[in-house]
Amino acid sequence: MSELSFKPVSLGADVEQRSRPSLSYWQDAWLRLQANKRAFVSLFVVVGMVLFAFVGPVFWRIDPHAQDLDQTSKPPWEDRRALIVAPYQPWSGVSASSPEGDYVAPRSLEIVGDATTTFVRLVWDPVPVASGYRIYRQIVEPQSGEPLGLPLGTVHDGSVSFEDRLDIRPRTYWYSVVALDERGEEFPEATTIEVEAVFATTVANAIERGYVSNPESLSVGSTIHVPLHPFGTDYLGRDMLARLMEGARISLFIGIVAPFLFVIAGVVYGSIAGFLGGNLDHVLMRFADFVIALPFLLFMILFKLLFGIGPGESGILPMLVALVLLSWPGAARLVRGEILKIREEGYVDASRLLGTHTSRLIMRHMIPNTMGVVLVTFTFAVPSAIFTEAFLSFIGMGVTAPTASWGSMCNDGIKTMESTPHELIFPALFISVTVLAFNLLGDGLRDALDARMRYGE
Amino acid sequence: MIRYVLWRLLQGVITVWFIATATFFVMHNLPGDPLADEKAVSPEIRENLEKKLGLDKPIVVQYGLYMWNMVQGDFGLSFTEENREVNAIIRDHFPVSAILGVLAIVIAGVGGILWGALTALYRNRWPDVVIILLVILGISVPSFVFATVGQLALVTINNIAGFQVLPVAGWGTVAHMLVPALVLGLGTMAFLTRLMRTSMLEIVSSDFVRTAKAKGVPTAQIFSRHQLRNAVLPVITVLGPSIAGITTGGFVVENVFGIPGLGRYFVLAVQQNDYGVIMGTTVFYGAFLVLMVILVDILYAVVDPRVRLE
Repeated sequence: MSELSFKPVSLGADVEQRSRPSLSYWQDAWLRLQANKRAFVSLFVVVGMVLFAFVGPVFWRIDPHAQDLDQTSKPPWEDRRALIVAPYQPWSGVSASSPEGDYVAPRSLEIVGDATTTFVRLVWDPVPVASGYRIYRQIVEPQSGEPLGLPLGTVHDGSVSFEDRLDIRPRTYWYSVVALDERGEEFPEATTIEVEAVFATTVANAIERGYVSNPESLSVGSTIHVPLHPFGTDYLGRDMLARLMEGARISLFIGIVAPFLFVIAGVVYGSIAGFLGGNLDHVLMRFADFVIALPFLLFMILFKLLFGIGPGESGILPMLVALVLLSWPGAARLVRGEILKIREEGYVDASRLLGTHTSRLIMRHMIPNTMGVVLVTFTFAVPSAIFTEAFLSFIGMGVTAPTASWGSMCNDGIKTMESTPHELIFPALFISVTVLAFNLLGDGLRDALDARMRYGE
Repeated sequence: MIRYVLWRLLQGVITVWFIATATFFVMHNLPGDPLADEKAVSPEIRENLEKKLGLDKPIVVQYGLYMWNMVQGDFGLSFTEENREVNAIIRDHFPVSAILGVLAIVIAGVGGILWGALTALYRNRWPDVVIILLVILGISVPSFVFATVGQLALVTINNIAGFQVLPVAGWGTVAHMLVPALVLGLGTMAFLTRLMRTSMLEIVSSDFVRTAKAKGVPTAQIFSRHQLRNAVLPVITVLGPSIAGITTGGFVVENVFGIPGLGRYFVLAVQQNDYGVIMGTTVFYGAFLVLMVILVDILYAVVDPRVRLE
C-alpha cells in the first residue's frame, strides 16, 4: 500500500455531509400532513368547528332556548320586515241583504285593512240566492275545475265577511269564496283573491321579544326589521345558529372526549396485555372479545336506563360513560398488536441490554411508538362517536329537548322536512361536514404516520 | 376443520352466555320498577304479577331460572302486553328485519365489491374519482338523512310519474323492500368499496398478476380469476361486523319507512319500559350477531386455507 492511499483528515473538516435537515418522526409527519391538501383543509375545518362551538357563543349571544312563536320555522332567506299594528280588536263583520240578480259567484271580493299575519279580513258583495258562503285558503293558485281542498270556514245569516286568524304565515295566499244554495250545497263557481300577508307585530310584542333596541321609535303602521336569524328558526321559533352552536358543543364533546377516554383506556389495557403476555394476555383479550360482542346500540340504551334516565330525558354523561365502556376493546386490541411488534424490535433489546428499567422501557419506548396508531384510531373514532350520538338523539334515546344536539335537531327537522327543509338541512350538513373532515384527517394522518399504510390514495 | 368449527362454536356459546349475564344484571340494577306503569295496583294484584313474572324470588334464583329458560329457547313474557311471549314477538318481527338486512347486505356486498374493483381498475381516472367522492359522501352522511332523503325522493318520483312507482312506506311486497334496503346498505357499501379498492390495488401490483400477464392470460381472466378472487378475501372478514352495523342501522330505516321489524319494536319497548322485551331482544340480537360472525369466520376459513393454520 502506497502512502498516497491515505490522507490524514484535519480536525476541522466537515465529516458529516447532511443533504437534508434531520427531522424527528413528528416533524416528518407534520410535513407530510401539510403536503396532503385534503387532510390539511380538514384540519382547518375541525379547528373551525371547535371554534364555532366554543368561541361562537361569545359573538352570537342569542339564547338557543328562547322561543318566539311568532317566527316559527322561518327559513334564513325570508323577509325580515315586520309591520307594527295596533293590538287586536274583535271585528263585527259585515252583513248585507240579498240583491236581485241571477249570478252565483260572489262579486268584488276584497280585503279590509292590511293583510297581516295577525288576521286577514275578507268582504264581498252578496249573492242573490245564497244561504251562506264557504271560504277556502290555498298556498298555490287554484285552477278552475280543481277541488279547493278543505274549507277554512262557513258563514251564514246574511254575513258577507270572514276573518281568518288561523296560523297565517308571511307569504302569498289565495282565498276563494263559494256561495251556498238553500240546501247548503256549493255553487260550482268560486271567486278567488290573491293576498300577500305580511309579518305583523304589536308595539308591546315587539318590545317583549326584543325586536328593536329603542322602543320609543315604534308606532303603529311603521315597518321594522326583526333580528337576523342567519340560519333561520326552528319549529318553536328558536334561533338555528345558536342551536347549531349548542349542538356543536354537545356533538363535539361526545365526539372528542369519549374517543379520547376510551383510547387511553385501550392503551393502558392493551399495553398491559401485550407487555406482560402469557396467560394474563389471553384472559384479558378474551374479555375484550366478549365486550366487543355486546350489541353496541342496545347496550348504549340499557346504560342510559341504568343511570336512571328515562325515555325523553337528556343523558349526555351516561352516553359518554356507555361509549367508553363499550368501545375501548378496539383500541386495546390495536395497541396490544403494536406492543407485541415493538417488543421484538432491536432498539428495545438494546435498551434492555443497557439496563433500562421496565417502567421506563414502556414509557419511553413502547407507548411513544404506538402513538401514531393511537392517534389514527382516535381520529377515526371521532366520527363514529358523533354518529352514535346523532343516531341515539335521532331515535329519541340521547339528548332531548330543550337541549340541542345535531341529532335531535335533525329529528325535529324531519317532521317539517317538506315545508321548511332548512330545519333538517343545516344540522345534517354540520354532521356530514364534521364527520367528513375527521375521516379525511384520519386518512391523512394514517398516510403521514404509518409507513406501512403508505400506498395507494 | 371440524376442530376449528367446534372451537369457534364453543367460543360463541361462552360469548352468548356473557351477553345474557351482562344483560340480566344491567336490567336488574335499573332504578325504577318494571310494574310502575300499572295503574293503581292493589297489593294482592301486585303480588300476583310479581309471582307471574318471577320477580318475588331472590336474584340468584331469578338468574338461574332466566338462564334455564333461555337455554330452552324461552325468553319469557312481555311486561306491557299481557300474556304475549317475547318469543312470539321475535317470531313476528324478526323475519321482517332479517329479510331487510339480508337484502341490504347483498346490495352492500355486491355493490361494494364491484365499485371497489372498478375504482382500482380505473385508478386516478374519472370513474375512480367519481366513485371515491360518492364513497366519502356515503361514509359521512348519517343513515337517518339517507332514509329521509330516500323517502322524499320516492314521494317526488311518485308525484312526477302520477302513479305509485314504489310505495313510500309500509311492508309486504318486494316493492316495499327495495328503497329501505338500499338506504340501509349504502353506508356499508361505501365502507366495503373503500376496503375493496385498497385490497385490489395491492393485488394489481402483486407478483402473480405480473406473472399471469407475462404468460399472456387474457385481461378478463386475470381480473376475474386472479385479482377479484384474492381481493375479495379481506372484504369477507368485515362482512360479519357489517351485519351488526346493518341490524342497528335497521332501527332508523324501520322507523322512517314504517316497517314492522324487531328494531322498531325494540325502540318501542324501551319507550314503554317493557323489561321483558328489552332483555329478550338484546340477548337474541347478541346471539344472532355472534352466530353471524362465527359463520363468516368459518366461511373465511373455507375460502382461505391459511386461516386454519393459525
